[in-house]
Amino acid sequence: MALNSDTDPRNHMSDDTLREMACQELVEVITEYVEGTLPESDRRRFDAHLTTCASCREYLEQMRTLIRLNGDLTVKSIEPETRDSLLRAFRRWREAQTDL
Amino acid sequence: MTLTTEKRSSEAELIDQLRTGDEGAFAWLVDNYSPSLKRLALAFVSDDGVADEVVQETWLAVITGIGRFEGRSSLKTWLFKILTNRAKTRGARDSRTVRFSDLEHGPADEPAVSPDRFLPFDHPRYPGHWATPLHSWSALVEDGAIRRETMDVLRRGLEALPRSQRVVVTLRDVHGWTAHEVCAALEMSEANQRVLLHRGRSRLRSILEKYFAEDV
Repeated sequence: MALNSDTDPRNHMSDDTLREMACQELVEVITEYVEGTLPESDRRRFDAHLTTCASCREYLEQMRTLIRLNGDLTVKSIEPETRDSLLRAFRRWREAQTDL
Repeated sequence: MTLTTEKRSSEAELIDQLRTGDEGAFAWLVDNYSPSLKRLALAFVSDDGVADEVVQETWLAVITGIGRFEGRSSLKTWLFKILTNRAKTRGARDSRTVRFSDLEHGPADEPAVSPDRFLPFDHPRYPGHWATPLHSWSALVEDGAIRRETMDVLRRGLEALPRSQRVVVTLRDVHGWTAHEVCAALEMSEANQRVLLHRGRSRLRSILEKYFAEDV
């Protein structure tokens, strides 16, 4: 007799969705969580763990702070001489276009 | 990535301006994209000066090629494509050029956090949980003086990352590229991109944690 998938104990016995997420596991899947690519069942375990663990909430906060700080790092602009020579090249190209 | 209609029409406008020889439009493009183009170039060539040359060659190719740009990809994707092609052409002449897949990726199974920070997995009550609670420092970085120093620590930490991690973290977090854009430009899978992002960010977090534990 075929078992209904809901009543088949095999579908629950080894079910990862029932296992609590350990902190050591959470720190390895945090990027997927932040990226929104963590599978639904793991995301639920992640969220459930956060409700009980202040250190992991802090860890997530630190990751988000890091990402925000990275975004505030200044980037080195192009050298002014290079910029000038590129703009000169652009003007030469424009003049060549109008000459046609 | 889905572009909003607004963004798309402003991009079309920008392309029109470039084609009609609007120098301001070209200058805007150069100012906005040169830093990320250079970062991308540094994924392929190790020499800073060579990277600058590749960026410059890319802009010259943009000038002569804008008339042929058909808008099938975004302007940004087109720019990155020109740059990676230039970097590869360069590779034929320059032995210092490296393929991204040959870059130093860091240890294969590098943990995000040192295992000794956690209780063992056979611990009767809290397997794999933090051995000691995490100290909070996120709020500290709002202070002006601490923030400046934190940014210096972060900048140095980023430069010290294995090259592939540095490239991915910089393009994603500093330059604001999407995962899709990074994968396309570096010709890598989403999974590889995420692993490098994860390792890089995890290392940087550890560096900041260490800094706040010692110096503040």
